[in-house]
Amino acid sequence: MAEKIKLINDDGLRTDGRKPDELRPIRIEAGVLANADGSAYLEWGANKVLVAVYGPREAQPKYLQDPMKAIVQVNYNMAAFSSEERVRPGPNRRATEISKITAEALENVIITNNFPRASIDVFIEVLEADAGTRCAGLTAAAVAVADAGIPMTDLVAACAVGKADGQLLLDLGKKEDNFGEADMPIGIAPRTGDIVLLQMDGDMTQEEMRKALRMGMDASRKIHELQTDALRRRYAVNFADMDDGEAVQ
Amino acid sequence: MVQSDNVQRTDRVLVVPGDKLGDSSYKPGTGTFRKDSEIFAAQLGILNIRSGFINVIPAGGIYQPRQGDSVIGMVQDIGPSNWMVDINCPYTAFLHANETQWKVDFGTAGQYLGVGDIILAKIGQVDETKRVNLTMKEQGLRKMGSGQITKIAHTKVPRVIGKGGSMIALLKEHTGCRIFVGQNGVIWMDGEFEGMKKAAAAVQLIDHGTQLHGLTDSVREFLSGNGGASAGQSQPVGKMTFDIGIKRE
Repeated sequence: MAEKIKLINDDGLRTDGRKPDELRPIRIEAGVLANADGSAYLEWGANKVLVAVYGPREAQPKYLQDPMKAIVQVNYNMAAFSSEERVRPGPNRRATEISKITAEALENVIITNNFPRASIDVFIEVLEADAGTRCAGLTAAAVAVADAGIPMTDLVAACAVGKADGQLLLDLGKKEDNFGEADMPIGIAPRTGDIVLLQMDGDMTQEEMRKALRMGMDASRKIHELQTDALRRRYAVNFADMDDGEAVQ
Repeated sequence: MVQSDNVQRTDRVLVVPGDKLGDSSYKPGTGTFRKDSEIFAAQLGILNIRSGFINVIPAGGIYQPRQGDSVIGMVQDIGPSNWMVDINCPYTAFLHANETQWKVDFGTAGQYLGVGDIILAKIGQVDETKRVNLTMKEQGLRKMGSGQITKIAHTKVPRVIGKGGSMIALLKEHTGCRIFVGQNGVIWMDGEFEGMKKAAAAVQLIDHGTQLHGLTDSVREFLSGNGGASAGQSQPVGKMTFDIGIKRE
């Protein structure tokens, strides 16, 4: 694409005033929906994402059931009003792809062997989109799954790294996404550092790719702290008086 | 707080999936997993170390059937000599006529238990694909002829019972109801209508309660504060569910 827009100014700052390795402000709340088994709300810059988790529950239709483990089903959906241009409601090629990669990322950390024949259903609703919604959705989904009390070996934190004006940029904004040279979303399991999501659009040199991976993983670790903080805030008060007991007749 | 000898109380530490809890000097208990001789949290919950085991008492989540649990279920479907029972978990439980005190002729199961009937049962077996078998052979396990049920999070069952059964004794005393608490979070109660209304409201208060300490006192206040008909009007009690009407034999 022809570079008509200047994405980095003479001071080395980006169009929204961020430094190249600076994240947008992120806020996460866990347990926001009363009728879901687990839920999370996330604001990431101008992105607003709501996630609901149901289950584990019996997988329907029955042929989807796996007798050895639970299946993870994700539905990523952009609200019609989420973007500047109206989004035509219903599944499309992009939403189907994001649903699939998010489910596969979550399957890496959820201990699915505990729930044979069951399904864990994750609904990601993008209320407002401003680049990086797949990372925002995955980050919020991990919090919602943990909030649902589902056993997992780790959370998943995700962040995109891209390239614009020949420079690596963390957490691309909308203009950088549209007019930049590359966009690479990275999702990791922070405890182990395992990469559970990696995609790339555009091109980078090998050296840039290595550096971008490092930037994305460092940022994901910061996001992981926000995730655990959100989960701790949710239950800080609620379970202070808990005791074990037996059911009595 | 009374402590028995082998109980080590940790100070209500809230853990998040992926948190490191200990090394190989402990054994991994419920809600944890072991990786390379280190023990990590698998669930969001409260850390509990007891007789060499590290456990996480889950803060939320759906009930998972365990052998020997007393549960309250609702008959969902009738077979020729068996019933399928909803026990508030991801899997429908199976109750065979041989596991009841009745002598059921083939094809006559419906004469003993109908769809919508409430039963008090025990979980006999749970196999590796989480097929749940119920039993009603033990003393006290039976069909409930009357009364109503209300549901709470199974993690709050110990709070409804209280230390040494103090909370449930309080509920019974103030409402004049007979109350059974299933470990699956289903509570059955029977008595005068006003008493049941009061008991259901108190149970929901416990379920949604966020008090740090002294829950028993606040429930006592609630039960004796608004006597008789006005019970539950001024208190935020959350949603109430009445799954069956009052039915007298």
